Amino acid sequence: MRYIEPHGHMVSRVTDDYEAMVLAGCRAVCEPAFWAGYDRSGPEGFYDYFCQLTDYEPKRAAKFGLPHFTWLCINPKESEDTKLAEEVIALIPQFLERPNVLGIGEIGLNKNTRNELKVLEQHIDLAARHDQLILVHTPHLEDKHKGTRLILDAMKADTRIEPARVIIDHVEEHTIQMVLDEGFWAGITLYPESKTTPPRAIDMFEVYGGQRVWLNSACDWGRSDPLAVPKTGVEMRRRGHSDETIDQLVFQNPIHFLAQNPRFTVR
Amino acid sequence: MTRQQLLDLYFMDARSKLIDIAAFLDRVDRGEGEPDFRLDAFRKALAELHGGEPERAKGVLMSLSDPTAEPIAKAHGKGAVGAWPGSAEPAN
Repeated sequence: MRYIEPHGHMVSRVTDDYEAMVLAGCRAVCEPAFWAGYDRSGPEGFYDYFCQLTDYEPKRAAKFGLPHFTWLCINPKESEDTKLAEEVIALIPQFLERPNVLGIGEIGLNKNTRNELKVLEQHIDLAARHDQLILVHTPHLEDKHKGTRLILDAMKADTRIEPARVIIDHVEEHTIQMVLDEGFWAGITLYPESKTTPPRAIDMFEVYGGQRVWLNSACDWGRSDPLAVPKTGVEMRRRGHSDETIDQLVFQNPIHFLAQNPRFTVR
Repeated sequence: MTRQQLLDLYFMDARSKLIDIAAFLDRVDRGEGEPDFRLDAFRKALAELHGGEPERAKGVLMSLSDPTAEPIAKAHGKGAVGAWPGSAEPAN
């Protein structure tokens, strides 16, 4: 089954995961910048991380013939420190021309604070000024519905932003409708405990349609599964979906969105 | 898919999760001390299962969500706990 992994934090995965993904049919992996599990002590830590995402990690993936792409930002969990955020955002433009950079992400909110919102608006401005695609992280659990609403309002408030060039990730049953209704793409994340299981992801696909939807594993250093997307494809077969429908959702849809940046190509 | 096919596919899995929930509530009942807001939130969310429309998952998620609209002044930690503490917890 050919598929794209449009959201995987590969820096926190072992090399065997790359091999398993390729064996399962993965044709490209995209890695948004995220929280390392601890707060970096300064902007230098982010500079090194951006070098890792744009230099070392693509080489590690290339050993298995897997194209690796990335998104850059300071993540919402470190956005409470607005001075640090400004310094990190100032670093990003020098990396935007690197060959595997697709856009700004994963930006968004974590606890829905005023400072997080301010830094989100700065990222939106950065993306608009440099004509970049945007990948958005929506908050966890009890904070998701409110945070998704705040994020959509912030996006709409900047008239330079085209919703079709923004993916709002980690949607669930209570947020997918508002995201699609306002013209954005919706990402469904497959996690063992939080976010969504394969059966629920397929429910949302069946109820809301799959025109502007992708699936991702968001695999990272927590409990997560880098093969969650192809496993959901198998579950779709059990639900009676055709191979063509599955291919549209797990392969062609992410290409449709990501290829808005001409750097994104797959064989 | 037909309802019969869906039952064939998912009944055993749902049955297992239903018993897990029952056992979880029994375990909490047997525990000592006072529970926090999460137990009340969980019981309230369970009531969403009795709805007659096929939007129970959305109902449960909304029941556990922060219903306010304005950004808060400061976060008390980075993590989420799965249920909104309400006005009992400082939100601003």
